[in-house]
Amino acid sequence: MTTVEKAITQPGQATPAIPLFSGPDAPEERDLYKCVHCGFCLQACPTYLETGLETESPRGRIALMKAVNEGRLGLTPTVFRHWDLCIQCRACENVCPSGVPYGRLIEATIAQVEPHRKLTWMQRRMADFMLNSALPYQNRLTAMMGAMRLYQQSGLQRLVRKARLLKLGPKGLVEMERSLPALPDSFFAAQGQLVHSIGTPRARVALLSGCLMPLFHGPAMRTVTRVLSRNGCDVSVPAGQVCCGAIHTHIGDLEKARAMARRNIDVFTASRVDAVVVASAGCGIRMKEYGHLLRNDPAYAEKAEQFSAMVKDIHEYLVALPFVPPQGRLDYKVTYQDSCHLSHTQRITAQPRTLLRSIPGLTFVEMENSTRCCGAGGTYTITQREFSLRLLDRKMAAVRETGADVLATANPGCVIQLQYGTQRAETPMRVKYVTELLDEAYSNEPRRPPPGQVTAEGAWDEERQEMRARWKTRSGDRRRRIRGRE
Amino acid sequence: MAHEGLFQELKVVVGEEYVVHAPEDLVVFEYDGSVDKALPLAVVLPATTEQVSGVVKIARSHGVPIVPRGAGTGLSGGAIAAKGGIVVALTRMTRILEIDPVNRLAVVEPGVVNLELSMATAKYGLFFAPDPSSQKACTIGGNVAENSGGPHCLAYGVTTNHVLGMEVVLADGSVAWVGGRTRETPGYDLRGILIGSEGTLAITTKAVVRLVKLPEAVKTLLAIYPRLNDASAAVSDIIASGIVPAAIEMMDDLAIQAAEAAVHAGYPADAGAVLLVEVDGLKESVEVESALVEEVCRRHNPMEIRTAEDAAQRERLWAGRKGALGALGRLAPNYYLIDGTIPRTKLVEVMARIKEISAEAGLPIANVLHAGDGNLHPCILFDERKPGDTERTLEIGGRILKLCVDVGGVLTGEHGIGVEKQEYMPFMFTEDDMASMARLKLAFATDDAFNPGKVFPKGASCVDISQMKAVARAGAGAFV
Repeated sequence: MTTVEKAITQPGQATPAIPLFSGPDAPEERDLYKCVHCGFCLQACPTYLETGLETESPRGRIALMKAVNEGRLGLTPTVFRHWDLCIQCRACENVCPSGVPYGRLIEATIAQVEPHRKLTWMQRRMADFMLNSALPYQNRLTAMMGAMRLYQQSGLQRLVRKARLLKLGPKGLVEMERSLPALPDSFFAAQGQLVHSIGTPRARVALLSGCLMPLFHGPAMRTVTRVLSRNGCDVSVPAGQVCCGAIHTHIGDLEKARAMARRNIDVFTASRVDAVVVASAGCGIRMKEYGHLLRNDPAYAEKAEQFSAMVKDIHEYLVALPFVPPQGRLDYKVTYQDSCHLSHTQRITAQPRTLLRSIPGLTFVEMENSTRCCGAGGTYTITQREFSLRLLDRKMAAVRETGADVLATANPGCVIQLQYGTQRAETPMRVKYVTELLDEAYSNEPRRPPPGQVTAEGAWDEERQEMRARWKTRSGDRRRRIRGRE
Repeated sequence: MAHEGLFQELKVVVGEEYVVHAPEDLVVFEYDGSVDKALPLAVVLPATTEQVSGVVKIARSHGVPIVPRGAGTGLSGGAIAAKGGIVVALTRMTRILEIDPVNRLAVVEPGVVNLELSMATAKYGLFFAPDPSSQKACTIGGNVAENSGGPHCLAYGVTTNHVLGMEVVLADGSVAWVGGRTRETPGYDLRGILIGSEGTLAITTKAVVRLVKLPEAVKTLLAIYPRLNDASAAVSDIIASGIVPAAIEMMDDLAIQAAEAAVHAGYPADAGAVLLVEVDGLKESVEVESALVEEVCRRHNPMEIRTAEDAAQRERLWAGRKGALGALGRLAPNYYLIDGTIPRTKLVEVMARIKEISAEAGLPIANVLHAGDGNLHPCILFDERKPGDTERTLEIGGRILKLCVDVGGVLTGEHGIGVEKQEYMPFMFTEDDMASMARLKLAFATDDAFNPGKVFPKGASCVDISQMKAVARAGAGAFV
């Protein structure tokens, strides 16, 4: 925001003594004053549980917002370090009896803080590059990650680690480099492809490809299209779609987030689909809240509301379809970590479990506090490294208690964080998306499923039998012809 | 800064990180769950009894007040620093030190969260019975200070019935034990005096609590009535029939509307009152008693009766009640929750009077009641931004509490007096009554350093206490 704009939005306060909330994106009073400071949120908050400090609790953070709103405190680093320590897991929102929309409040607050941060020139350049030059352009991200993959696979990484070169760099670089997951051999990309349903189509869906998930977890994205098509969905992956804007919101760049939301709304509504399916929990909630993000945009407000209503999380969508229970066995002991942005914000906890439990042979075990954050939280792993690791270690302790050999979850950030967690905890446990396990179970299916099922499953089966029959006839003919020649 | 020396001394005891004194940080310690606010001088978070003792000694040597604080969910301003001073937040003392399933007791630190204790003991088939609505967040230390109750205290009793003994830090910083590990200890029941003393006499640093066997069977029944009077009469009748259910909860029409909007419990739009009755115990007795409760409820012309057998169904029936208070935000921006208790037999009369008071003042009042033990929670709905609304609300609050006392009830059921109701103390107590309480306080030699400005009416307490001090100095017996 320019100085001129600031002067307009704050008449008579062009140069306030202490910086306060300003502009149309300031936290809304009607949200703020819904909080009656009852304290029910305290025990849901991972940072409060770690510190026992009211300043690191949702109620405390809201009290600080109120104090700034009332002009009692200014936007100073001592105040916003408490907001920065918030992972934005939104567990508090779920337990609040007064229905305080905490997510909305902290997003708006972080956006207000952004211009007042004292960053070094380098930090600013880095943040600006990631937010404005990299994330919105999938081709650039792909190129960057391609280079990273080359670094990992060419042996350069081994060399760098062996020579301890990174120790020469800034503090924390070693730790960060180590937590970068191994990149897969193949990326996934939105190129306007259409994956046909197996059997009679039951629905037509558009899939969000996302920014980092298709790169870090390209093969997992392909399992999503396979699972959808296996369940009778024609899946389109519209070209021209961009990152959902969650990371931008998370660190306070609402304008960029809006630009990306508009772009996605245009791309996804260009052709008719029954639903927009999202495989990443964080992106899912961002898109389900486009309506609120664009509420003040006359051209998009209504469209955004309609679009948000079409957005469905993959687990939610599959269970509602309903999905075809897999026949293939997976003899794994599996536990499930509720991704915050699935359980707390989208309130989806039963569906991933329903999918997992439907897999024959799979033993499902609950871990303690499965809805407590693993410490991933978007850029939190970088900005609040120490705290993020404290939460991760606590999470891994609960995971190990279960004795599971597979840890399932529903969000790329969580997968990366938990994979790093298994590395830190030195356990051979594997971390998987729920949909990856489902896909594996489908691929293990016996060739001939039980007869009499008139589902997509049955249709597929009939098709296969027909093909087999045709093949037999043809080969039989061939054999006869050969015999005839003899 | 004027208090730099004090902060420095405190930091030596509890560590740099756990002394909060930046003005920006103190803002979040000026409130608890109530409407009153006051800024402390500093907040200290000790981790051990020794640290609490050290903090008390330092504060006393500097002549600053000490305010103990748990999770800060209290509703009478018990944890706010009414006269400034040091808030001692016990939220880092969260260890469960011992669970003794055979003797059915646990030893806990004060920062242990109420529900966490019950969850930890569930594997032995035991639980901690007092269950305030804030049980997910409130601490045992806070429960002890306020003598908290909850929906199920009808059958199980309040906190004082479930605490066997405590380790406390006294006003001179010394550590003492009151009570013990048994149900009865010889001599004066000092434990009984300290429980519910609202942090004005000592700071609890450990508590030995009773654990109760989880009931073998639970059955919940929800009865919907067209009129509040029918529901109130049913409550009296249930108790008269000789059954003591685990809980009897009631909501009036306004609370029902709010709850319905928030959680869609499926209450009829024209319902005047909803009654929630929970019976627990042995399988056999639950069968018999729940049938009897249902029969009594039917006698009072219900619109509908629903029963729940399993946990999921029970949760659905409770959803409306548990969500009611939070849902009031949908009817008005603010609500003021009052905590009075009346004899059950006066329920019909008092509820009618509250309706009248509401109509006269032009402010709606929604009612949520622990009806079984006559504990009312009228919630006055208002908008603090409207001039005069807050004053009128407080005035009505006083009138309702006066009404409770007039019909033979008391000022508080479970929230304590704190700063919220200190001015109403004369409704119930004569000057002599209060003077004897002040003398008791004197016996603990706190010099009014522990949680000052609470419980006693503002004007009176200082005078009384200084008078008593003079008496004590003159050598007269502190106890009468």
